[in-house]
Amino acid sequence: MYEGAVQNLIDELGRLPGVGPKSAQRIAFHLLAAETADVHRLVNALVAVKERVRFCAVCGNIAEETQCRICRDPRRDDTVICVVEEPKDVVAIERTREFRGRYHVLGGAISPIEGVGPDDLRVKELMARLSEGRVTEVILATDPNLEGEATATYLARLLKPMGLKVTRLASGLPVGGDLEYADEVTLGRAFEGRRALDF
Amino acid sequence: MSLYRDEGIVLRTQDLGEADRIVTLLTRRTGLVRAVGKGVRRTRSRFGARLEPFTHIDVQLHAGKSLDVVTQVDTLHAYGSVLVTDYPRYTAGVAMLETAEKVVSVEKDPALRQFLLLWGGLRTLAEGAHDPRLVLDAYLLRSLAVAGYAPALEECAHCGVPGPHREFAVHAGGMVCSLCRPAGSVKPSPAAVALMVALLRGDWESADASAERDRTECSGLVAAYLQWHLENGVRSLRLVERA
Ligand SMILES: [Zn+2]
Ligand SMILES: [Zn+2]
Repeated sequence: MYEGAVQNLIDELGRLPGVGPKSAQRIAFHLLAAETADVHRLVNALVAVKERVRFCAVCGNIAEETQCRICRDPRRDDTVICVVEEPKDVVAIERTREFRGRYHVLGGAISPIEGVGPDDLRVKELMARLSEGRVTEVILATDPNLEGEATATYLARLLKPMGLKVTRLASGLPVGGDLEYADEVTLGRAFEGRRALDF
Repeated sequence: MSLYRDEGIVLRTQDLGEADRIVTLLTRRTGLVRAVGKGVRRTRSRFGARLEPFTHIDVQLHAGKSLDVVTQVDTLHAYGSVLVTDYPRYTAGVAMLETAEKVVSVEKDPALRQFLLLWGGLRTLAEGAHDPRLVLDAYLLRSLAVAGYAPALEECAHCGVPGPHREFAVHAGGMVCSLCRPAGSVKPSPAAVALMVALLRGDWESADASAERDRTECSGLVAAYLQWHLENGVRSLRLVERA
């Protein structure tokens, strides 16, 4: 245990995802040794992210205005919506340059064991967007793991009566992984080879 | 002897750090085991799919100070890939996995009968021959019975006088006679009670022939009974969908 402020910092850092007690200690001493100006830049970045960043009113992606950059872009194709779990999946798919449509970010996957059901995700918002009638294809790009698949199954069943084309990314994406870890080439191929779901 | 091999079913996974995952297994010989699968969230990992919930695996583990580490894993049966294509079956399956973990609860204490029960339950669910909600309720009742909490259905839970009795009291342990019945007892339909008896015995012929409203009532009784006996309750039960 260290005294007051240093221990406080170690405790706070240790609560971040992927940071264990050893790393927390290493980061804390790095900050202690760093230039004051560098630390202030970090502090400002932390404050700015909480004050300025919000979620897009249309798709749920990260945004600095009411709508995100992609929803504001008039060149994007309004007839295709790609459904993902998290904003970081939007980034992963944008990197492939394979997709020119719009996104819908669910805010997670259905996870009964964590108590997360369809009502806890942005499913109602998705249905509302689809009911406007411009969309002809919905691509289900939830993670290629069990909870992602279960979420896709749930959505496919829900969308069936709407008569839209519902597709799922082609396998070739390794099962059990997170979408964000797929490399551009694999993810790009998964987009090209997406298959229609018939439930 | 820090390396050991066992056969188990993946109950749950939790992300750990950047790319690792903690998996909770119910094994044949060791009971409940929590272990780390290193790098399994990376898409190149061969382990990833094998360490997903519902997978029946042959696994080699390295015993660690706090958590064991998965060093080798082979799939024996991948029930998840079938269950995930059908939402009601999937949610019933998740409730089974969560119940298994909560009923066994103590780590590394052999629970062979619980392992066999879960394995049989998942197999039945994957085969799809019965209503998933019936498979789930049968599993819940039997899992509680193996743990020593079988509900009294044919005799009074309090005094043991043979039935049939009309009233059910969760906190008394099942059906109760008219003399013992505590406040808060409910009066289920005889058909719903008969369905619980059939599920506990594995009488699928009677269970499959049951009416929808009796299944609903039976599920309600089983859920109330389960939540009473498991300290923290089974969260996923709320999200189980009817077929
Ligand atoms: Zn947006
Ligand atoms: Zn009695």
